[in-house]
Amino acid sequence: MGRYVGHSVKRREDPRFIQGKGRYVANLELHGMAHVAVKRSPYPHARVVGVDSSAAAAMDGVIAVFTGRDFADGGCGALPCGWLVPDTKVPERPVVVTDRVMHVGDSVAVVVAEDPYTASDAVEAIEVEYESLPSVVDARGTTDADAPQLHDGIEGNVSYYWKLGDSEACKQAFAEADETVELELVNQRLIPTAMEPRAAAASWDAASEEMTVWTTSQNPHPIRLLLSAFTLGIPESKLRVISPDVGGGFGSKIFHYPEEVIVPWVARQIGRPAKWVATRTESQMTDSHGRDHVTVARLAMKSDGTFTGLDVETWANQGAYLSTFAPLIPTALYITLLAGNYRTKGVFGRVHGTLTNTVPVDAYRGAGRPEAAYLVERLVDLAADRLGRDPLDLRKQNAIRKEEFPYQTPVAFLYDSGDYDRLMSTAAANADYDGMRRAQEEAREEGRLRGVGVVCCIEASGPAPSAVAGSLGSAVGFWESGEVRVHPTGQISVFTGSHTHGQGHETTLAQVVADELGVPLESVEVVHGDTGRINFGMGTYGSRSACVGGSALVRSAEKVRAKVVKIGAHLLEAAEEDVVYDRDAGRVHVKGSPDRAKAFGEIAFAAYTAHNLPEGVEPGLDFVSFYDPENFTFPASSHICEVEVCPETWQVRILRYVAVDDVGKVINPMIVEGQIQGGVVQGVGQALTETAGYAEDGSFLTGTMLEYAVPRADLLPGIEVDRIETPSPHNPLGVKGAGEMGTIAATPAVANAVLDALRPLGVKHVELPLTPERIWRAVRDAQSAAA
Amino acid sequence: MNHRVCLKVNGEARDVEVEPRLLLCHLLRDELGLTGANIGCDTSQCGSCTVLMDGKAVKSCTLLAVQADGCDVTTIEGLAGENGLHPIQQAFWDNHGLQCGFCTPGMILTAVEILDRNPCASDAEVRHGLEGNLCRCTGYENIVKSIVAAGARESA
Ligand code: FES
Ligand code: FES
Repeated sequence: MGRYVGHSVKRREDPRFIQGKGRYVANLELHGMAHVAVKRSPYPHARVVGVDSSAAAAMDGVIAVFTGRDFADGGCGALPCGWLVPDTKVPERPVVVTDRVMHVGDSVAVVVAEDPYTASDAVEAIEVEYESLPSVVDARGTTDADAPQLHDGIEGNVSYYWKLGDSEACKQAFAEADETVELELVNQRLIPTAMEPRAAAASWDAASEEMTVWTTSQNPHPIRLLLSAFTLGIPESKLRVISPDVGGGFGSKIFHYPEEVIVPWVARQIGRPAKWVATRTESQMTDSHGRDHVTVARLAMKSDGTFTGLDVETWANQGAYLSTFAPLIPTALYITLLAGNYRTKGVFGRVHGTLTNTVPVDAYRGAGRPEAAYLVERLVDLAADRLGRDPLDLRKQNAIRKEEFPYQTPVAFLYDSGDYDRLMSTAAANADYDGMRRAQEEAREEGRLRGVGVVCCIEASGPAPSAVAGSLGSAVGFWESGEVRVHPTGQISVFTGSHTHGQGHETTLAQVVADELGVPLESVEVVHGDTGRINFGMGTYGSRSACVGGSALVRSAEKVRAKVVKIGAHLLEAAEEDVVYDRDAGRVHVKGSPDRAKAFGEIAFAAYTAHNLPEGVEPGLDFVSFYDPENFTFPASSHICEVEVCPETWQVRILRYVAVDDVGKVINPMIVEGQIQGGVVQGVGQALTETAGYAEDGSFLTGTMLEYAVPRADLLPGIEVDRIETPSPHNPLGVKGAGEMGTIAATPAVANAVLDALRPLGVKHVELPLTPERIWRAVRDAQSAAA
Repeated sequence: MNHRVCLKVNGEARDVEVEPRLLLCHLLRDELGLTGANIGCDTSQCGSCTVLMDGKAVKSCTLLAVQADGCDVTTIEGLAGENGLHPIQQAFWDNHGLQCGFCTPGMILTAVEILDRNPCASDAEVRHGLEGNLCRCTGYENIVKSIVAAGARESA
């Protein structure tokens, strides 16, 4: 533990938020700013026969109306996909459609007006003539022979097929199995629902030909790259992208969206700044969604409970187009996690990435890993049921042992470190697992439906070694940059390519640098989210900011220290090897003579006056590092949930939720706990309340928060959070990442608990979310099957 | 066509001409430059836009600006007194009651009302009192903790 690292330092970003001074894009007011609104398709699939914008264009206060043709002719390129597995077929995704809409919400025309009210009036006044075409929304149904063919040259609506694992070993495991369990399940479509709807603003300087774009993005540099190289065509050197305060992302704000192109294009066209702010409904129907898998799987085991094989086939709905990283999620972030925390040898997985008339699907908190965890952890519970074993006990039997790390799974990943047995024991102790089971017995005797759900989950975080990412289909590298700039006064600006949209990097990254240099936290300022100030960066997702972004800063701080030692020794008239950098006091002193010292600030000043520098040392004190991780990190968790299901209303009530996580070393325990708590509630949301709906005819059913039920404050009675620490051995901070573990573990923990509660009624499976209606139907079906 | 609206915002008298359909949240944000009230939805579900009107927590997206005529409105910008933070703001800071901060102004102003009604509100009562406010980041744990702590401090 350092002076700051390891401590619950209060967040430095909070004062502005609690006083209402958050700098969200929607709050931006630029001189002469026009307002943009988008005309969207109400059809899931239709030919655009004609767009009549004359009435809209004639309205008072309307500056211009643009159609898809204007954007295509005006130099806007198609939105690219940045992750292509072999033989991916990519449907063309225009910024604004010219002749065909592919999902409800697809953009058809753009209005620019003096104020937002007029802009939305004008959108209503645009007449679009559509010719409706047959549509399909189902992940697997879209591959049926009678499904409409959506894109020329993409046979059967399959964009790609990907497989991984040892199919022979898997076959053999099933041939020799004593027992097998099978499961077909849907991992339902979710809407990430960051509380801040997406927004973009832009300002064009005609004299310098420089464009500034403000956008609600988790990664402004990749957005600049895509704008420059593909969609907008303004050189990166003339393009500045700023992501100021962003009101939550959860993955949905990683991707390059049409409006990020539309707004700067419009600003240049009309010679005035412009802004677009999504309504909630627009966000719900155009933000990339998450999950949406249909999976058939089976697990092979020996009669003693040893898991020997896992065979998985998944249809992953990618939506109408491939969003920026879409193919990554159900491939390298899903199939690779199917070994879970277990020693199963014969793991084999395959996935069909399919296209439908729905909004694109891409990363949402956990991204692929929750889908894997939910599947594996449901199968393990079915296995325990089949074998008549306690589910915790069966997990412990199959868990990878702590002495087996680094552990090579049969599906590519090399797990870095862990202690799953201790993780589960800690969760069991914290929950009083045996007591919960006894209470369950008593409840059952009284006719109450009580259940206990236990899970052990794995995550691959901190993406990613760039060469590995490249070999798996990435078009970009996944290193991170970090710059430590010491000013002449000894104050420090830290520039990170990571972006904080709630995670608290302005605090945690300052903790890291302050400790590395032995300076007060107050003297370190963290700068992020601005391509004009930070040289490059890959942004924030996949719980990567501490392990990759933080490590880059450690590297830069090491370089600063080395130079400070050099200059300090020179000023002390000592040899370099005769001085030490005292990280507690932030100074350099002669070994054995702590009084012969130079303070950090003095040395920083000397570096800039350059009056007296050692031979060959350049002035200045500013270092950048680009840190490319050696491996992913592998956080793990064991969560236990206790529920009761009301046998009259079939309502699920969570009685207790106990979470124990191993996210490696912890920089700020308070922030890590907050990440786990928030993550858990999102995972519980998937289990109990959330589902993004398309009717069979393709119309979108969950356009508001009335229909899409994100958890409210009373969904859980509270969350008991604890952790163990097995440091990641391959990054300098030993951290693993805390952003997603809660979400990954919570969905199966709740699902297992509810199905455990329903076990006496003969219910084996209920699709998520576990609403009273679904539970009631499942119970009724089980009872009529038994009768 | 425009209507004249006279109201008090954060203690200051304001006299504005507005379109009849202008929402209070837009008056505050776009005309008066008080962007602390965030807009998170179109259907009055999220509570991000909450302000105090005559001491009551209201969702400023559900009111027309003209309905605020003659009213006394407090936004998050006006909550703190001369001497620093309001105790609830302080409690949110102390207890990590926020992550992205988008729901925070609405949460804090709703908390004012919850604690006005009952400064000793329990964990469960606070959870119930927050039924009209959504947060996607915190899982509510530390929001509830912050409000309970602020109540305990007030009533101590
Ligand atoms: S913006 Fe007012 S309740 Fe959501
Ligand atoms: S802190 Fe982000 S929505 Fe509540």
